[in-house]
Amino acid sequence: MNIPNNLKYTKSHEWVRVEGDTAVVGITDHAQHELTDIVYVEPPALDSAVEAGKECAVVESVKAASDIYAPVSGDVVAVNEQLGNAPELVNKDPYGQGWLFKVKLRDPGQVDELLSAQEYAAHIGA
Amino acid sequence: MFADRHIGPSADEIQHMLRVVGHESLDALVDAAIPAAIRLRRPLALPAPRPEPALLADLKAMMARNKITKSFLGRGYYGCFLPPVLQRNILENPGWYTAYTPYQPEISQGRLEALLNFQTMVTDLTGLEIANASLLDEATAAAEAMMMCHRLETKGRNTFVVAPDCHPQTIAVVQTRAEPLGINIVLGKELTPDTFGILVQYPATDGAIYDYSAFCTEAHKHLALVVVATDLLALTLLKPPGEFGADIAVGSTQRFGLPLGYGGPHAAFFATRDAYKRQMPGRLIGVSKDAQGRPALRLALQTREQHIRREKATSNICTAQVLPAVIAAMYAVWHGPDGLKRIAERIHQFACRIGSDTGLPFFDTVRVGDRIIALDETTTEEDLRALGVNISDTDVSSPIPATLRRTTPFLTAPVFHRYHTEHEMLRYLRRLEAKDLSLTTSMIPLGSCTMKLNATAEMMPVTWPEVGQLHPFVPVRNAAGYHEMFRQLETWLAEITGFAAIALQPNAGSQGEYTGLLVIRAYHRRRGQGHRNICLIPVSAHGTNPASATMAGMKVVPVACDAAGNIDLTDLRAKAGQHAHDLAALMVTYPSTHGVFEETITEVCRIVHDHGGQVYLDGANLNALVGLARPGDFGADVCHLNLHKTFCIPHGGGGPGMGPIGVAEHLVDFLPGHPVVNLGGEDPIGPVAAAPYGNASVLPIAWMYIALMGAAGLKRASQVAILNANYIARRLDPYFPVLYKGPGGLVAHECIVDCRQFKDVQVEDIAKRLMDYGFHAPTMSWPVPGTLMIEPTESESKAELDRFCDAMIAIHTEIQTTPAILKNAPHTAAVVAADQWDRPYSREQAAYPAPWLRDHKYWPPVGRVDNVYGDRHLVCTCGPVA
Repeated sequence: MNIPNNLKYTKSHEWVRVEGDTAVVGITDHAQHELTDIVYVEPPALDSAVEAGKECAVVESVKAASDIYAPVSGDVVAVNEQLGNAPELVNKDPYGQGWLFKVKLRDPGQVDELLSAQEYAAHIGA
Repeated sequence: MFADRHIGPSADEIQHMLRVVGHESLDALVDAAIPAAIRLRRPLALPAPRPEPALLADLKAMMARNKITKSFLGRGYYGCFLPPVLQRNILENPGWYTAYTPYQPEISQGRLEALLNFQTMVTDLTGLEIANASLLDEATAAAEAMMMCHRLETKGRNTFVVAPDCHPQTIAVVQTRAEPLGINIVLGKELTPDTFGILVQYPATDGAIYDYSAFCTEAHKHLALVVVATDLLALTLLKPPGEFGADIAVGSTQRFGLPLGYGGPHAAFFATRDAYKRQMPGRLIGVSKDAQGRPALRLALQTREQHIRREKATSNICTAQVLPAVIAAMYAVWHGPDGLKRIAERIHQFACRIGSDTGLPFFDTVRVGDRIIALDETTTEEDLRALGVNISDTDVSSPIPATLRRTTPFLTAPVFHRYHTEHEMLRYLRRLEAKDLSLTTSMIPLGSCTMKLNATAEMMPVTWPEVGQLHPFVPVRNAAGYHEMFRQLETWLAEITGFAAIALQPNAGSQGEYTGLLVIRAYHRRRGQGHRNICLIPVSAHGTNPASATMAGMKVVPVACDAAGNIDLTDLRAKAGQHAHDLAALMVTYPSTHGVFEETITEVCRIVHDHGGQVYLDGANLNALVGLARPGDFGADVCHLNLHKTFCIPHGGGGPGMGPIGVAEHLVDFLPGHPVVNLGGEDPIGPVAAAPYGNASVLPIAWMYIALMGAAGLKRASQVAILNANYIARRLDPYFPVLYKGPGGLVAHECIVDCRQFKDVQVEDIAKRLMDYGFHAPTMSWPVPGTLMIEPTESESKAELDRFCDAMIAIHTEIQTTPAILKNAPHTAAVVAADQWDRPYSREQAAYPAPWLRDHKYWPPVGRVDNVYGDRHLVCTCGPVA
């Protein structure tokens, strides 16, 4: 299972990559594998505010709909438009082209509270 | 005796099977399986059973008391002609009416194609982009539309405006559904700043046609959505709602061939814009491809639905109106666009010769003085003259202005042009029927679905004119036969469930759940406890439970189950205690969704009552209780009955169903009312369905079943259902371990077998391989992922049970020896007969793995359907003209 060292993680299987004052959010390789083929991603609305730990998006496979929880609080400044026509990017490249949305960090300190790669690996028993 | 033909195993076979499960007698088996504390210790007080001819004669005489006259009442229900070729080959044909909901698409392609025709017909006529495969009735479809607009609302606005010239039952059902959700309903046609959506009817209930184009533009400026309730036959002449700006169109397809049936069953439709498809309620058929890349149909976007999304689902709807939808679609196939237009123009011309006092354009309904006269396909010149109003003797020009006339073509797909002769239609229907696996082929052992016998004698009354040709709003004295039948059926169902009263209105199980919860809510309010809004639901519950609770304005709190699959009493006590102040209800299925008679059920009910809650018993599994135990006796306050499971109404490929509720004495006052027909309790909740008695014309099926079986026959049916399930459990346990067992190591009327122990083979592979053996898979991965839930019902003979077990055991061997054969299943004739064959097993093994297949082979028409492709490339209508 691919768990890049340079990212932060949540117990609910989201990852975060900090770019300046912005957090890029996606779901982990483990999560996409468990969900199987993704057929639809419902991103948060652009410019909406998300709260850490609260559901803000949905990822669907044929058989399941899974809520995505915001890892950090802030305003949504971008959503991955490509997923509209190509939701399979979440399966193929969960840490790259399969990113879900970007949040302008309200409290950068929240990132430090997230799991490290090692802690996430232990969490999923990898 | 009828009971001996309804019940599969003979007396000798029952003795043999009892030995296999280790009990002396049926009574001893049931004593071991069902907790003694809840047992009914006396026979049900029901009339003695009588033979088929006598009961058919009795019912015929009763129904002859219905006064059948030409109806000009309209309001959503119109006389029409069901083409005989459709009556005999669909409505009266077990190949169509005994099929199940098409969750296994490979063996459901026939009805999936018919439903795709339905969706195409609706999108074409409404001018909208996407339509579902039916809802319960026009009024609930309008309520679903309101809820969808509410979900799409982003500004927090809370008012839904309803035009007062909608049908009265539509307005009333919308009001019922809005109230618990806190949605404000305003009657009128004016937008307010708080308005998120508006419902208008086109043509209106008094027949008047308004041009809503400017109105839609205005609504969209306010970012409000417009719902148009409409009539498909009128839309063959009128500008379709999608062209003047409607966001959603709803209505009934009843006049496309369906008998009035004193209110139902009829299929409602729901169409909307492509952008809103994920918010749409109900089942949706989509085109995908099979393993060989050929087109194949399936249910699409199921993640919207209650069985996956639970309390977050778009709706609680489960059973819809598939059989009526199939008939309506085939009525359009039969007549084609030109034929439909001819029918519409003939009716319209009759209406023109009367003329309307409204001074507005009309289609088929006119106002003369204080009379509203609705004409239909069955109206004749003589009827017109008998109306006693002034009519013109010559043709009168249409009042519909050019701006409101339809200009776009419709039903252009080839299917609507190919089957206009009876031979062509007969063969088309037969071809589709042959693609599907129904009860006419083999047992359909679907856990929780109860695919028992739908006896011919029970079905015959459905197409009697005395049953079919009655408008739901005729004066009650003109429906005396129906009302006598209702009274008897209510008395019998009350005796069977141990309740004080029965309400026949809910027209599906999920609708029954919703109604029951509203009744509980009304009860708490009456007692000044209106704040009670917590609904406890075990995690093992059917998805409709949390979805219904949410619609009833309740907050769902899940209750854990223990390792044995039973409700975790510690967790229940904790949750009930924690929410004691706000506890409204517990929803519990009995026997449980895990197929077990939980010994703690009386304790469960007591805990809830002690904390001020009411117990809602989901009657999905009532077929294991009839004559053995009564929910009303062991602690339930409300229970719904799935007449389409326990009482023999066929599944129809996914509806119609009926979900009446039984209630204890203290809840009788709140039973639902109706705006047109007087019924319900002293202090009724609003109507939950368009028709006062739901799908009234299928109730004779349940009446016939109870009358034919009598108390002893019904009890024996429950006993044999339990025996059959335990026999299967015993035979399969060494190969596929039975997951949950109750007292005495016994299961109830169904069993869950584990399929998670194999390395390369998943439960889905086993399900698809069963098709090669000529069987429908049991319920797959519900309520436990990776398992099969098997429910044989009492109607399957020992020979059929053994054939099914032999197939499962043979598949178990294949899992060890030839897993590829499961991965490639099902095998079509085209695959097996192809010149190329490079598989690690023989063609014979693929297609004829069991001896009985030499006698009769059912060929799956398509290979494994690609679900992912279908949901990623959604197509929900037939192709255009080639």
